[in-house]
Amino acid sequence: MTGAAPILRVDRLCAAYGLAQVLFEVSFTLARGETIALTGRNGAGKTTTLKTIMGLLRASGGSVSFLDEDVTRLKPFEIARRGLGYAPEDRRIFTDLTVDENLEVGRRAARGGGAGFTPDVLFEIFPNLAEMRHRRASAMSGGEQQMLAIARTLMGNPVALLLDEPSEGLAPVIVDQMAEALLRLKAQGLSMVLSEQNAEFAAAIADRAVLLEKGAVRFVGPLGDLASADWF
Amino acid sequence: MDASFLVAQLLTGLASASSLFITASGLTLVFGVTRIVNFAHGSLFMLGAYLAVTIVPRLLDLHYSLPMFALGALAAALIVGLIGVAIELILLRRIYRAPEIFQLLATFGVVLVVQDLVIRIWGPLDILGPRAPGVPRSVEILGQRISGYDLVLIAVGPTILGLLWLLMRRTRFGVLVRAATQDREMVGALGVDQAKLFTATLFVGSFLAGLGGALQIPFKPAQPAMDIAIISETFVVTVVGGMGSIPGAFLAAIAIGLLQAFGALIIPESTLVMAFLLMAVVLVVRPWGFLGKPDAHLGARTAIEGVKSLTPLDATGKAVVAIALVAGATLPLWSDAYGLKVAIETLCFALAAFALNLLIGVGGMVSFGHAAWFGVGAYAAGLLTVKLGLHMAPALIAAPLIAGAVAAFIGYFIVRLSGIYLAMLTLAAAQLIYALCFQWVAVTGGDNGVVGVWPAEWAAARAVYYGLTFLLCVAAIWLLRRAIHAPFGYALRGARDSHLRAEAVGIDVKGQRLAAFALAGAATGLAGGLYAFSKGSIDPTLLSIPMSIDFLAMVLIGGVQTLFGPVIGAGLLHAAKDFIMPLTDLWRTWLGLTIVALVLAFPQGVLGGLAQWRARFARSRKP
Ligand SMILES: Nc1ncnc2c1ncn2[C@@H]1O[C@H](COP(=O)(O)OP(=O)(O)OP(=O)(O)O)[C@@H](O)[C@H]1O
Ligand SMILES: [Mg+2]
Repeated sequence: MTGAAPILRVDRLCAAYGLAQVLFEVSFTLARGETIALTGRNGAGKTTTLKTIMGLLRASGGSVSFLDEDVTRLKPFEIARRGLGYAPEDRRIFTDLTVDENLEVGRRAARGGGAGFTPDVLFEIFPNLAEMRHRRASAMSGGEQQMLAIARTLMGNPVALLLDEPSEGLAPVIVDQMAEALLRLKAQGLSMVLSEQNAEFAAAIADRAVLLEKGAVRFVGPLGDLASADWF
Repeated sequence: MDASFLVAQLLTGLASASSLFITASGLTLVFGVTRIVNFAHGSLFMLGAYLAVTIVPRLLDLHYSLPMFALGALAAALIVGLIGVAIELILLRRIYRAPEIFQLLATFGVVLVVQDLVIRIWGPLDILGPRAPGVPRSVEILGQRISGYDLVLIAVGPTILGLLWLLMRRTRFGVLVRAATQDREMVGALGVDQAKLFTATLFVGSFLAGLGGALQIPFKPAQPAMDIAIISETFVVTVVGGMGSIPGAFLAAIAIGLLQAFGALIIPESTLVMAFLLMAVVLVVRPWGFLGKPDAHLGARTAIEGVKSLTPLDATGKAVVAIALVAGATLPLWSDAYGLKVAIETLCFALAAFALNLLIGVGGMVSFGHAAWFGVGAYAAGLLTVKLGLHMAPALIAAPLIAGAVAAFIGYFIVRLSGIYLAMLTLAAAQLIYALCFQWVAVTGGDNGVVGVWPAEWAAARAVYYGLTFLLCVAAIWLLRRAIHAPFGYALRGARDSHLRAEAVGIDVKGQRLAAFALAGAATGLAGGLYAFSKGSIDPTLLSIPMSIDFLAMVLIGGVQTLFGPVIGAGLLHAAKDFIMPLTDLWRTWLGLTIVALVLAFPQGVLGGLAQWRARFARSRKP
């Protein structure tokens, strides 16, 4: 997989909250169709990395290029429109809106005029959502909200996804459903960066791991090597 | 009082509720999405009325019919919508991330410019619009005569609500607006261009303001002062209903319309007071209004950067203060009477602005209603002398005490809130007091105020009164500065920067903020008292919104980050007004444009900006 041309290239990325620098020259690449697990302990900088890639936090150094274009200084909406989808850690579902309306917010025409995702296609991948199309998102469980967050991002027909801890706080059964859904997406050719602390979940989906420690990349390579080293 | 009379009163109340709702729905919509409290909404309403009295008669000349009337009103609203778009593109777009005090000031700058523009184009006289063709002048219901146009309005309000409901539920635009009202950053991360969404929202919001203005021309003339009147009423509706909630605005408009209609039966002169009392009560009981929600994701709003380090004055600073004090103390020796008059006023404003920055820069509490304490001090001093025959000295002692006590009482409710809700409650409180002074004619003299507030004989000479003012203002500023440098000031700043941390280390945050409120109120009350005696009269403009804005502008010009900035800001603003006003009848335009330019150029205030430049310059000089 690593042989394919990278679609996302993160190069010596630095970021800070105010004066406190959090990311120190983080570099990695994501190949087309590949899934990597971004791992590390609490506070290692996983969320910050994804936010900075997405333009939600200004990079204080380094660069991000996506589909051979430098997107480091672009606004989040411009990055999203180029085909990078983002599902945040705290989901940030629009709780006042229904499931259908949440999906509508994420809707963007498919690149290259293909069929793309529709709510019906997504309900096949996330069957739980199908029964609650008209329910307000505030009345959904955490797991359902997580599925909705991912489905909402998929409505933009992204080329690659940044998923921040999709398995966090989910019951084991739901985690399995989530893994299954992500594997289906992967099979369809979607590339993903998965911030994840659940080793089993990551192992089921990801091809490689990038380990962060105190805001710097500590290790890049097969997941197997990590699990044995007790890094999760 | 029989039942049919009550029904008539009910219908009148509903008609004014309808009309209020149309305008308020636009304000709440814009606030929900952009988080900007748009003062210029009142100006858009006014433009709607003026455009309608211009367009509608011409259309009625072509064909005298109700559809033509409606067409004219819609055309006026449409033009106002486009003006709103222009305001968004030119101004609002640049200040979405600025602290709310700057947003407020900038939109108020627009208010000033539009006021001049309207007088330029349409003149200062009231213009009454035509009646709506085909609508009977009055209809008899249960033996009571009801205005036919009132019935039209009663129908239009809910119709607009229904159309807005459809827009919000059935269109992509509406879904995006509702999503952005909750979390606009996330909407951006999903690929929605916020700039376009905001522009479109401003169009709809301004359209509604224009429509509100256009629809009232048959019964209320277009006049230059209508912007301020409507903006405070729509603020009330927006806040009571819950900022950002259109159905909330509808409920609130009805509540206020009915309260005013029936309240006027009990105390005829209480309509304004009622509205603001309702707002104050609602904010105290339900700080987020009927249907509002506490802010979940405030996005990337920058909190106000207040006074940072409290270093004692360095040698240069000490020298500047010393020179200023000597110059001030010897002013009567080298200035003429006019200069002394300006100096007295400037000293009063400087003290009030310094006290305001105790709240904003040190305490992080952006007060939109600072004129209240100035006015309470002035009215206390004035009424005590004129009505109770007190001498100047006891009246000047009473002024800060009364203002401080009122500020402490109201502050008790205010300090529990934060951010925009705190600001809105200060505005409501100030407007409540304004309404009291304006409508309680028997005691306060209403609009005309009270004259004959003269200093005691020993202080009647201008130079002596100047000396007194100088002493008291300098002493009060010195005391406030001492308080800011004391543990009290440190605790306040701690609470400003991190509420939770301050509480964790055992600071009684509310208590400290309340003390700050009372202290600032008292100091400003003293300033107001001194001002009243210097003018010889009091009137409601002393506690009006423009006065509060002036104080905020002084703080803005001087910079919230420096303690003495606002003092200089007071001097600059007052001198500029004094200098420009006689030269041009466009002084509002100049003031408005200056405020807008300042907000855009120096978000840190003038002194703050200079300090920044100096730091940058020093850095670039280093090898
Ligand atoms: N808004 C913020 N302001 C200041 N510091 C922050 C902020 N968000 C995160 N940090 C700090 O940045 C560092 C990295 O945080 P980040 O959220 O990226 O970690 P993470 O790897 O996602 O952790 P977790 O597994 O708990 O989600 C932490 O030390 C954290 O304290
Ligand atoms: Mg995280």
